[in-house]
Amino acid sequence: MSAFDVLAERGRFILSGPYPADQQWRLAVVVALFTGLYVASAIPACWRRGLLAAWLLVPASAVAIMGGGVLGLVPVRTDLWGGLPLTLLIATVGFAIALPAGVALALGRRSALPALRLLSGLFVELLRAVPMVTLLFMASVMFPLFVPARLSIDKLVRAEVAFALVLSAYVAEVVRGGLAGIPDGQHDAAASLGLGYWPTALLITLPQALRASIPALVNTFVGFFKDTSLVAIIGIFDLLGAARAVTVDPKFLNAAAPVYLVVGAIYFAFCYVMSHGSRRLEAWWHEREAR
Amino acid sequence: MFQLEIQDLHASFGRTEVLHGVSLAVARGERIVICGPSGSGKSTLLRCVNGLARHQRGRVVVDGVELRDDDPHTLDQARQRVGMVFQQWNLFPHLTVLENCTLAPTRVLKLGHAEARSRAMDYLARVRIAGLADRYPRQLSGGQQQRAAIARSLCMGPRLMLFDEPTSALDPEMVQEVVDVMIALADGGMTMLCVTHEMAFARRVADRVVFMDEGRIVEAGRPEAFFAAPAHARTRAFLSRLAR
Repeated sequence: MSAFDVLAERGRFILSGPYPADQQWRLAVVVALFTGLYVASAIPACWRRGLLAAWLLVPASAVAIMGGGVLGLVPVRTDLWGGLPLTLLIATVGFAIALPAGVALALGRRSALPALRLLSGLFVELLRAVPMVTLLFMASVMFPLFVPARLSIDKLVRAEVAFALVLSAYVAEVVRGGLAGIPDGQHDAAASLGLGYWPTALLITLPQALRASIPALVNTFVGFFKDTSLVAIIGIFDLLGAARAVTVDPKFLNAAAPVYLVVGAIYFAFCYVMSHGSRRLEAWWHEREAR
Repeated sequence: MFQLEIQDLHASFGRTEVLHGVSLAVARGERIVICGPSGSGKSTLLRCVNGLARHQRGRVVVDGVELRDDDPHTLDQARQRVGMVFQQWNLFPHLTVLENCTLAPTRVLKLGHAEARSRAMDYLARVRIAGLADRYPRQLSGGQQQRAAIARSLCMGPRLMLFDEPTSALDPEMVQEVVDVMIALADGGMTMLCVTHEMAFARRVADRVVFMDEGRIVEAGRPEAFFAAPAHARTRAFLSRLAR
């Protein structure tokens, strides 16, 4: 049996997990939406308010398209979601939550209010110190033990929350580093012009800090993108989880190499878009402001 | 009424007191040059006037309003009336020169965009860099950046301008263009408090020269008298080092 047979026969499962085959087109739309979002985010000309809205709208519509129940789409339970679209969904929602949350935490850690500083610090240190796997197990196994069934929250949502929390903590540290690199003179100048805390943070320090943090942020995001594959251990069939399920099928013994090569190539493609895009953004800003 | 009254000002960083009781009254339209060795508290004195540094004792009264820690409103008021120009310019590098000049007027004074823009272009023309309005600060020379910073400050319509060694970080050939702008501002009647070692500027525009050392005002006087016959040995030593 050649290496291509397994891809021909099980490729759909690897890419889409247990999602119903006759609804396949919905996943294609979702992958296209996410890919478009990533590519647009890497193009400086697209950096306007609309892009911000897209980061909220694309994940929301992805959930609607995959879940169905709206616009005449057949409902599909979340435990049937899987493959590449699920990986992209977990990653994108994680980014979209963690960036603002991380910025808020970073501001909190530098706040003049001791209580806020302490709470943000505790949150960040705690979440960075716990292995991701532990949190996922807690979210999937322990959470249902302590919460009555009628209050149960979807397993996917619980995993996403765990991811978003940890990623927020990492983003917070990166942004805090960026903020620490802003010269005191910027604060002095803003204060001397009468700008208060929020205008100074939102218009002066954060734009500079985030820009300086792009390489480190993208590094964090690339790492997180691959870490989403950890959901496989709580029985969610993301891209890697679905691939692994195929390789243990006795019918496809020795098929591991081609399957993992293909999956690896897919991860590489998305991570490459992210890092290439970040370099383009940096170069563009440098060109604009420093020449 | 005085534009600025400083009475018995004490200011510390941590446990180190850097101002040990400074008093200075500045009349409307008066131009004061403050000089003295580094570490003498000149910059801290300026920074106490707009609340960038806190004082622990004494009074700072700007335009009749006393700065009070327990009333942030007084700080806001002072900052709207007091402009400040820094040694390192401190322009916002991610904004164009024009945006640097319109940001605070639109945000703090709530000016309309068109009005803030025309005001900014007016001041940029006065400091002779109107043609650079759409450039980013890093694309400008040091002298141009400092002139942009002066314009940015003027856009807030200050009644008192603080200059904290505005030419010390400039290449020598750019000092004059900044000094010229400051002279024009002085001639226009602006009340100014300048920490600078540009003694030619002091002779040309200062109504009073103040010499500080170790957190105190050692002496102050009209520039002719101050430079011709300084009363204190420390002043004489400082001036002779400057002249060398």
